[in-house]
Amino acid sequence: MEILAEEYQIQYDAASGTVHCQGSLRLAGTEEYAPVAQLLIDAAGQQPETMKLDLRQLQFLNSSGINMLSKFIVRVRQQGKPQITVLGSKGIPWQGKSLKNLQRLMPSLVLELEEEG
Amino acid sequence: MPQIFGEYREDLPKGNEYLILRFSPTSVPLKERWRNNGLSANFMADYMATFFPGESVIPVKSAVSFIANELIENAMKYSDQSSDFPVTIALYLYRDKLIFLTNNSIAKPQVETFQNFLKELTESDPAELWLQHLEQNAAEEDSNQSGLGFLSMINDYQAELGWKFEDADPNGVAVSTMVQLRSESL
Repeated sequence: MEILAEEYQIQYDAASGTVHCQGSLRLAGTEEYAPVAQLLIDAAGQQPETMKLDLRQLQFLNSSGINMLSKFIVRVRQQGKPQITVLGSKGIPWQGKSLKNLQRLMPSLVLELEEEG
Repeated sequence: MPQIFGEYREDLPKGNEYLILRFSPTSVPLKERWRNNGLSANFMADYMATFFPGESVIPVKSAVSFIANELIENAMKYSDQSSDFPVTIALYLYRDKLIFLTNNSIAKPQVETFQNFLKELTESDPAELWLQHLEQNAAEEDSNQSGLGFLSMINDYQAELGWKFEDADPNGVAVSTMVQLRSESL
């Protein structure tokens, strides 16, 4: 499963149970984000135990994207599985500021912010 | 009479550096020109970064790009499509802060809903409101969030926000949105 656009790429690697997001995600709203949300839901469906969301190469995410990601996290919380780990980078400032909010939606979410470089 | 919500400064201090972008009204559907929002935000971010020392370039670019993009997206989304009022975004640089100011028309039927949200936003705990909005959005299958961008600016960037509504043209309403971002919050 993958979505390859000019400005962003989203790929699910089944072997490692990881969804990799790269580029700039600035779509216009819920409707435009629907394919991305569906990819996340499908990936979570295939991962009974743990799933990783690798955002280390995601340079920008607009608030509609934050909304989509938050909806996904709430959905996983309601279903009780899988365990989610979000990988971020300290070199991308919005991640340090905004990703911690996801833990407020699901306290069991693991957030790993890597040092840059 | 203009109506003010939140922290809105009428007396904008004189700054040395500023950048103003004005977008003409167009008949091209918003969907087809959506990428211009991100392009414009990135340009503003890149431009302003020139005035900051090396170590702050990355955080400045990131914050300006996020905030400018949210403001432009909102202005484009909520502009009254039947009006010939342009959308303007200005960014002023001061010693200790950046001030963003957008100006756009808004369709009259949307004014009340927007103002009700602003009342809620300015009277509530923003962290609680953020959580409440997201839980609510998650419950609605095709919710089209609004206000989450403003809440992110307040919660994640400690920005101060204000709005001014004024009559424009014979039948229109113009809204100005001001975002004050302290340099120390970058």
